[in-house]
Amino acid sequence: MRLRRTLTRALPLTPAVALLLLFLAGPIAYCAYIAFTDLQLTGQAHSSFVGLENFRTAFKDDAFLNAVWLTLVFTVLSSLVGQNTLGLALASLMQRASKPVRTVVGGIVITAWVLPEVVAGFLLYAFFRREGTLNAILDWLHLPTQNWLFTLPILAVSFANVWRGTAFSMLVYSAALNEIPKEITEAAEVDGAGGWRRMWHITLPMIRRSIGTNLMLNTLQTLSVFGLIWVMTRGGPGNRSQTLPLFMYEQAFQKSMIGYGTAVALLLLVVGSLFSLVYMRLLRTEV
Amino acid sequence: MPVRTRLRSRRTGRRLAADAGLLVVAAAFVLPLAWVILSALDPHAGLRVQVPDGLTLDNFDAVLKPDITYTPLLNSLILCGGGTLLTVVCAALAAYPLSRFRSRLNRPFLLTILFATCLPITAIMVPVYALFVRVNLIDTVQGTIFFFAASQLPFAIWLMKNFMDGVPKELEEAAWTDGASSLQSLVRIVLPLMGPGVAVVTVFSFVMMWGNFFVPFMLLLTPDQMPASVSINDFFGNRGTVVYGQLAAFSVIYSTPVILLYVLVARRLGGGFALGGAVKG
Repeated sequence: MRLRRTLTRALPLTPAVALLLLFLAGPIAYCAYIAFTDLQLTGQAHSSFVGLENFRTAFKDDAFLNAVWLTLVFTVLSSLVGQNTLGLALASLMQRASKPVRTVVGGIVITAWVLPEVVAGFLLYAFFRREGTLNAILDWLHLPTQNWLFTLPILAVSFANVWRGTAFSMLVYSAALNEIPKEITEAAEVDGAGGWRRMWHITLPMIRRSIGTNLMLNTLQTLSVFGLIWVMTRGGPGNRSQTLPLFMYEQAFQKSMIGYGTAVALLLLVVGSLFSLVYMRLLRTEV
Repeated sequence: MPVRTRLRSRRTGRRLAADAGLLVVAAAFVLPLAWVILSALDPHAGLRVQVPDGLTLDNFDAVLKPDITYTPLLNSLILCGGGTLLTVVCAALAAYPLSRFRSRLNRPFLLTILFATCLPITAIMVPVYALFVRVNLIDTVQGTIFFFAASQLPFAIWLMKNFMDGVPKELEEAAWTDGASSLQSLVRIVLPLMGPGVAVVTVFSFVMMWGNFFVPFMLLLTPDQMPASVSINDFFGNRGTVVYGQLAAFSVIYSTPVILLYVLVARRLGGGFALGGAVKG
């Protein structure tokens, strides 16, 4: 009787669970399987189990290590430093700014975030090109210009990711700052604590949970960026902006080594899962 | 000077400084956006921000053709509309028992969902491709819709459950005593009461799918089926020299729906958007 009631109640869950199992858990399990095979796209009837071969190859492959390094640079620069700090700065400036300025600036930053990934990539491509806006401004200021997408591709795509992703941090931090009771900051102000000291000793400790969750989510987002980089540089020139998702794509499709590409995907998934677990620990009291 | 006045004047100064700081950042943010709007109207658009030498709608005229704009946008609409519908229906159904009934399985299920919310979906696209080839779902619209829905579901269920928790249970209990089934009380009582919540989940899912490039890029092969997020690539390469004005015009047309949808939802819920709730759990 009780079992039957439980089953009836769980019935509405079935469509969602079926979709999740078939199209999300299934591929992840399949991923964990083919990462250990030598599956290729063409010219091979059967794939065979090769154990850890793909992973051994990866850690000896300079192109893979290069992609790991670039992913690290891209994540640290654009997510940890860029989006996070700029988001916090914007949110705290907005606390003091006048309403019209707040509305306009918020609108612009959020528009950059809502734009489709490919459009954002294309806009920043135009911005950084040799004939683009950035060089026009530098030229006007009599500063040296350069072909940014060629000389500093990873910096250009990192900047693009900051442009696109900062709004999220800004929203998270705005919400967090609004929850700090006014009396506390005012008391500190009357006691003569300057802006930086208030930030360091009062604001940051009070929003540390938001900082943690924001860093996690930003990092996870940034780990899986593909379209933005693809549109701007295709991972090039050479492989100087080839982060792991682009490396994975190249191995699997341009070089037809699905097994190897999937092994890289599995590593990415494992790193993502670790971040995801940390994120859940940060939230653990709330479920 | 008394403390109060001193504080107030200091505050005015700080407000001006904050305004100035924000405007500087906004200027940097606005440049790429200004480029796309100006170039779309410029008969001689290049790659840099410039005041157009005469305004024209020629760029829009040139791209507003079936093969360039209408077909890809229609494809986007079918893919994202289908995906969103599936996501919202499944998420609403799934959220109901999670929100209404106590069970020992709720917590593990919700934790799994939360965990899945954070997984980098990009990483599984290669195995998804391999799997889709195997089960003959590659290059099919329905396959892509299913995957879109599955990838968006964890977050949608999570968000939907949180909104549903905000609807008091007492209202349904009356309906239950009158003999209404769970499904009836969900559709007639709970969902109408959480209209803004459903709107947020719908718009958010739609916007995420509309902008997604990698999923259709991997799962669809036939050019005729490509949504706008992928077909925009045709402006480079295939057609010889890039006509920047047309590319900009297309970008404007393609981006406008999601920006309007976002504004619609953001207004309804106040600037913070419900994502704050999602982030806090």
